Order: sequence, then C-alpha cells, then structure tokens
Amino acid sequence: MSDQASTIPAPRTEASPSDNAALLELSSVEVAYGGIVALKGIDLEVRQGEIVALLGANGAGKTTTLRTVSGLLKPRSGEVRYAGEALTGIPAHKIVQLGIGHSPEGRRIFSRMTVLENLQMGAYRFKSVSQKDLDQVFELFPRLQERRTQLGGNLSGGEQQMLAIGRAMMGQPALLLLDEPSMGLAPLIVAQIFEIIERINALGTTILLVEQNAAQALKLAHRGYVLETGEVVMSAPAGELLNDPRIREAYLGETAE
Amino acid sequence: MSTTSISELSAQVRRLRKQDAWWKNPMLGRLAIILALVLVLSILTNQVQGSSSDYTLLFKSSWFSSRGAQYVIGGVLIWIIAEAWRIQGLRRIAGQTISVAGRRTALIVPRSFTRQYSRLAGFFRWLIPNRWFRRVLVLAVVAVAIFLPYLGLFTLPYFQSVLAGQVGVYVLAALGLNVVVGWAGLLDLGYIAFFAIGAYTTAILSGKLPVGADGNPEAHPPIHLNLFFAFPIAVVLTMTAGLILGAPTLRLRGDYLAIVTLGFHEIVLQLAKNNPHNLTNGPLGATGISTFRFNLFGVHYDWNPTDSKPYWFLAIGLILIVVFAFRRLEHSKVGRTWTAIREDEVAAAASGVPTVKYKLMAFMIGASTSGFAGVLATAKITAITPDNFPLQLSIFVLAYVIFGGMGSLTGVIVGASLMTFLPFFLQGPPSWFNSGKPVVDPKDIPMWVGAVLLTMMIFRPQGLIPSKRRAQELAQAEHGVGDADAMTEPAEGVAP
Repeated sequence: MSDQASTIPAPRTEASPSDNAALLELSSVEVAYGGIVALKGIDLEVRQGEIVALLGANGAGKTTTLRTVSGLLKPRSGEVRYAGEALTGIPAHKIVQLGIGHSPEGRRIFSRMTVLENLQMGAYRFKSVSQKDLDQVFELFPRLQERRTQLGGNLSGGEQQMLAIGRAMMGQPALLLLDEPSMGLAPLIVAQIFEIIERINALGTTILLVEQNAAQALKLAHRGYVLETGEVVMSAPAGELLNDPRIREAYLGETAE
Repeated sequence: MSTTSISELSAQVRRLRKQDAWWKNPMLGRLAIILALVLVLSILTNQVQGSSSDYTLLFKSSWFSSRGAQYVIGGVLIWIIAEAWRIQGLRRIAGQTISVAGRRTALIVPRSFTRQYSRLAGFFRWLIPNRWFRRVLVLAVVAVAIFLPYLGLFTLPYFQSVLAGQVGVYVLAALGLNVVVGWAGLLDLGYIAFFAIGAYTTAILSGKLPVGADGNPEAHPPIHLNLFFAFPIAVVLTMTAGLILGAPTLRLRGDYLAIVTLGFHEIVLQLAKNNPHNLTNGPLGATGISTFRFNLFGVHYDWNPTDSKPYWFLAIGLILIVVFAFRRLEHSKVGRTWTAIREDEVAAAASGVPTVKYKLMAFMIGASTSGFAGVLATAKITAITPDNFPLQLSIFVLAYVIFGGMGSLTGVIVGASLMTFLPFFLQGPPSWFNSGKPVVDPKDIPMWVGAVLLTMMIFRPQGLIPSKRRAQELAQAEHGVGDADAMTEPAEGVAP
C-alpha cells in the first residue's frame, strides 16, 4: 500500500504494519465541552495499515477522540496530524476529502433514504459514485445488496451497522474511524462485523476502532490504547494488553487474585 | 480500497490548510454582511433621488460622502459591540474557549479586552444568582415600570398611549406565544387569530356587536357588561378555539402545524369580514366600545380612553399575574414535560407522556393569553375592524419572542417591549426632540425595524436574554451536537 520507508522506530511488536509510517498522530490533544474537559492531553499514533483499538469505560473520551480527528470537535490545545501535517483549522467536511472516513456512534444512517442512497451519500466527496466501490461494499456486505432498495430505517440493527460502515467505505478512506461497531448487537452479528473489519483492513485501509467489547477488539487489533477519564493510561501491542492482568480485570470482567 | 501514499496525503492536507485563510473568519463575514446592510440602508434612506445628468449621483451621495462615512462608521461600531456581545454570550453558554475558537478570536479581539470584559461579566454572574439581589431587582423594575408614565419622554400622551396600547398588550401576547413556541416547541403562525377572537368577544360583551340587521348600530345588542367580565369569558372562548384548532392538528409536526395555524388565522379573519349572522359587522367592525369600570367596595373608577395611564397600570397588573402563573408553570411538572416534548417527542412518549394532551395544553394556554391581550387592546383602542388583526401581526409577535429569547420570560418581556416601542419611537411624537421631526422617515420605519432584527439574528440568534436551555441547544448545534431547531422532527431509526 505504501511506498514509505519508515524512519520512526517501530514499537515492540512482530506485526508488520506497525513498522510503517504514522498516518495519524495526536499530540497532547485537549478537548472540552464547554467547561467540561473531555480529553486532558492525549497522545496517540496510528500507523499506516494498522488496526488500532481505543478502549475505555463510558465517558473515558473515546468518542470525543474520534470526533476530534474527524474535525467535528476542535481541540482546545494540541495538534492532530494526518500524514505528518496538522489538521488544524480544516473543517469536518473537508477532512472527509482527505480520506478520513467516520462511522459514527449510534450508526446515524439516513433512515428515510434507501440503502443505495445511503451508500451514494458516502461517496459524496467524489463527482460520481464509483460502481467498483459499490460492488466492493456489496461484496463485503451481501445483505446490503439484498436490501439496496429498502429504507435505512427499516433495517435491523446489525444491517444498519453494516450500512454505516459501508457508507464510510464509499468515501475510499485511507483511515477509517469506527465508533462502537458492536453497540447493541447480538454476539453472532458482532463476530461477523469484526471479521469484515479485518477484511477491510486487509484491503489496505487503516482503522482506528473504538470499542467497549475489549476482548474482541484486542484480538483484531495490532495495537491498543486504554483511555481513562480523558487520559491515555496504557498503550501497548494488542497481545500484551490482552494478557495484562489490569486490563483483564477492568475490561474483560476477570477478577485478579 | 484506497492506495494513496502518505506523501500524497500530506500534500492534500497542506493544500486544504492553505484554504483556511484569515479572510474566511466568520467574524469578517459578519462584518461584510453588516456593511452590505449599511450600504443598502444608506441608499434607501437617501433623500437624493438621482439625476439625469449624473447617473452616479445616488451612489456618490449615499456611499462616497460624509453621510456614507457616517453609516459605515456606525456599522463598524455596531459590529464591534455585537462581536463582543456575541463572544460574551457564547462564553456564558459553552464555558471557555471552544465556541470562540481560540485562535480565530485572538486575531481580532485583543486578549486583554476579553479578559477585562469577562471580569466585569464575572461580577454580574456572581451578583445575579443572589436570591435577594434578584428580588430587589425585580421589585425595582416593577416600580420603574409603574412610574414610567411620569418619567422623561413617557410623560407625553403619545408615548403613554404606546405604552398601554402597544407595549403592554404585546408583552402579554408574546408571553402567551412563548408558552407555545418557546416551551412546547410548536410553531404557531396564527397566534393573532386568538387575539382577534378576544377582541370580538369584548366588542360583543360591551354591547357594540352584533348590530341590528337594519344597520342601526344601536339596534339590539343583547349584552352590556363591565369589560372586566370579558376577561374570563374571552379566556374560555379562546381556550375553546385553541382546543378546536389544536385537537385535530397537533398530531402534525413542525412545518405542517405552522401551515395549519396560518390557515386558521386566515379563516378567523375571513369570518370576521364575512359577518356571519351580523355578529361581526363585516369590514366595518365595532366602534365606541365601552371600557373598564371598577365599582366595588364603595370604590368607583372608570377607565377613560383619553388617559392611557390607568390602562398601563392595568396592563402591568395583568402581566404580573401572567408572569407569576407562568413561572410556576415553567418549573412544574408541566413545564418539564413540555421541554421533554420539545427535545425528543418519541422519548417523551416512551416515558409515558401523553404528548398530544400536553401540546394541546400549551396551545390552549397560549391561545387564552392571546385572548386576554385582545381584551386589553380592544378596551384601549375602543374600535376594531378585521384589519386590526393582519397576518403580519402574528409574525411580529413571533419575532418579538425570538428577538427576546425563546423560552425565557424575562427575555420575552424585554424583547417584546423594545420591539413594539422601537417603531413608535422612530416615528416620534409631533414636537418632542429632533426639532419636532420624526427620528427617521416614517416610510423607512419597517426597514429599520427589519435591520435591527437582522443584526440581532446574525450576532445573537439565541435572543436578547436567552433561556439557559435554549442557548445550550444552540451552542451545541454550533458544535454539531444535537439540533437547535425545535421545529424539526425527533430523531428516528437509531435502532429498531
């Protein structure tokens, strides 16, 4: 995918994408909703080709981080760098043009538009909707092809999530931000969606994944960050996090003895 | 899917960042709008009409002259004041820096200025929540309002008449509309229809309508009542009218409801014009309507239409009663339920709120307040025709509510007072100041009023004194969270 020879030292991991150049970097980013500080200066890095999982309890600042990257929120201080360049001052709708796709929390599909129209909206940044991309989304999500003429609001929760991801994919993102794709879905559907996320990554899209479902997210991801009340408390390769007793206790529901 | 290389992406980011030029600052955009507005005003108010020998005369005399300079300086001053005010408003709503977008603000407003300004604002913020301070303040304001007809320019009968017949009446009406629009979030464009119903009720109860079939105004009006009795009757009638309009239509939402209320206004107006059963006397309306009498406990007092002061006192009394009642309502379960309906009707219904019932309640309370105001207005002007209740008036009252700050009682009172007073002030009394001339050309008054509204909506869309919740909704919408527009449908289809 990339022709970059990375000069940044690789983290301790055997996974190859983590040797690539950083696609997204957050350096001491602070975000506040009014007087309430949601992110207290977080540092984060996503390398090209990686799946990075962002874990944490409710209110830790995971969604805020994604919204900041996609320009929906403006950092109070700090910098979001994409491909090495600061995104400061670029409005959200232009950030999409840079190939940052955001599948928001709660899916936010256009419920009174058909599945096809939803996908076409995803390709808004291009002059015309590419049939190739559409075919690719339908290949990833065959269910969407079956339901292409149905209204988005009439889909099941799992199908809506597929639609939300598919819509983001239509923008040919280099970096895909996924906000809780497993929210409110049955375990079987969650497994299915995670499998598709892996395939999307294999096709060359870098993914920043926000999840409550820590176990599954860490199995999928190359690296993980753990957020707590707006701060990064831990960052390590996914395998290490998965075996860390503190993580197992806090997020995987196991009691440490 | 995409195979863009990092270096290509970096180049794209750099290109987009370059587009973020300083001149795209929304502040400067607002300055441009203000200047455009000022230039249009300076042309439209210019006495010079143009000349056949010099086609550019109009532009020269309105733009490239000392007059043009005055307008431009005035516009820039308004812009500076309004920007400072806007920043302060956003600070108060959203807290610290984000809504002001730090970097961009720093370009234009010096830090020291904003710091000093917020220190001043901080003092008031400490003072205003103080319960005793608030009580004293309210008492002082009421006292000033009562003595207003003895102060300054209000000693002139012209302004006393404006106070009683316009300010008092429309503050009352706007308070009622605030319940419908500001609290329950129902867009009502036919609000003055209820006002008209109240007015006609007054005319009928006072014995001026219906006039006999022979055209003799004194033929056989069946009822002659002291107009104080018109209040309860008008309230009941307008409530019923609100019920009749609301019951079938409140299932509609947003724009649809607005159109239906618009139609209702037109129906009421046409009914009054068509004179059903000689009830309304058609386009001629009623004249010589008697007014309030007080004859109780040995005290006897007649309101005299030539003296506006007693009407003003009565209006203040009525406003106080209504404000007291509405304040209780706002902080009761009912007020909370209205807010919930406005925020998310589906969620409210899911919590067990009978939404139609509560919307109907808001509608009826609003309608009855409008009828209340109609009685007061009719008693003051003593003559009504259907032309007293144009559709325009419904829209004006809505504008007063939005100007003052939807959902905020204080805001609505201040907003309605200023906006009703402004056109009459501009028209000016015959021989007061400005050497007896009106402040501006009377023909230009709607334009000036429009300019004030426009400036207000550009800089402070939340209104003069916004309700906290409304202001938050707006601030959040600016950040892309939620929806400021109460008139839209609730979010649907999140997950079945």
